[in-house]
Amino acid sequence: MIVSTLEYVPGKTVTAHLGIVQGSTVRAKHLGRDFLAGLKNIVGGELGAYTELLSDARAEALQRMEQQARAVGANAVLNVRFATSSVAQGAAELLAYGTAVTVD
Amino acid sequence: MSVLSNPLFWQVGVPVFLIVLGYLVGSARERAHYRSILARERILRDLPIISTRRVPEDFPGLGPAPETRMVEGSAVISLDYFKRFLAQLKMLFGGRVTAYESLIDRARREALLRMRGEARAIGASVIVNVRMETASISKGGRGAIGTIEVLAYGTAALPAGGTGVGRVR
Repeated sequence: MIVSTLEYVPGKTVTAHLGIVQGSTVRAKHLGRDFLAGLKNIVGGELGAYTELLSDARAEALQRMEQQARAVGANAVLNVRFATSSVAQGAAELLAYGTAVTVD
Repeated sequence: MSVLSNPLFWQVGVPVFLIVLGYLVGSARERAHYRSILARERILRDLPIISTRRVPEDFPGLGPAPETRMVEGSAVISLDYFKRFLAQLKMLFGGRVTAYESLIDRARREALLRMRGEARAIGASVIVNVRMETASISKGGRGAIGTIEVLAYGTAALPAGGTGVGRVR
C-alpha cells in the first residue's frame, strides 16, 4: 500500500479513482498521565506522554484508513491529510483521510 | 501547622514559589532545548524540506521514478508557570507575546526535526509537500493556550529500489 501526501505516484499512472477513504480514532488522556502532565506544566517543556499518546492514535487512524482502502480494492492512498479536533474536554479525535486509487 | 493554615501562604506563597521555580527550571530547559534543536538542524541541513506538490524532476540523486513514503513528526510542548503568568499579564495590554512565540517555535522546529529524522533513517534525499498542523491542547484554562501539539508530515522521496542506507523497513 502506497500512502502519500502527493497527488500522484512518481513513475506510475493512476488507473482508477475509488473515492475518499478515512480512518479515525478518539482518545482520552488518562488520569495518571494527566497528573504527571500537570506537574510538568510548572516547569514547561515537552510532555512526552502526550506526544506518544497522539502519535499512537495517529498511527491507528492511518491503519484504519489503509484497511478501508484495501477493502475497496485500492493499492494506494494519495493526497493524505490529517486533522485533529477536540470532541470534549480531555478527548481528541484524530482523523486521517485520502483518496483511494489503483496505480499501475 | 500555623503556616499551613495561614491563607496568605496558599494565596501568595505557593504561586510565587511556582513562578520562581517555573522561571528557573523552565528557562534552563528552554535553553537546553534550543541548543539541541540547533545541533540537530546542523546535522540535517543536507536533507531539504520543500512544500511543492511534486517531486522536483531534476533533483540530484533521484531518478525519474523515485520511491515515495509518508513521514511525520510531532511534539507536544508546554509553557512553564512563569511564562504562563507573563502571557496572562501581557493579555491585559496586548501586543507581542514572546512567551507564546518561543513555545510555538520550539514545537514546530522539533516536529520538523523528528520528521526529517524519520526520513533520514529510510535514506530519503528530499521531503516534498510538507504540511504542518498546530493544535492547542488547552490546559491553561480561561481560554489561554498552555500546551500545543505540532504535527509535521510530508512525503519522503528516495532513489528507486532503495539504496538501503540505514533502512528500517
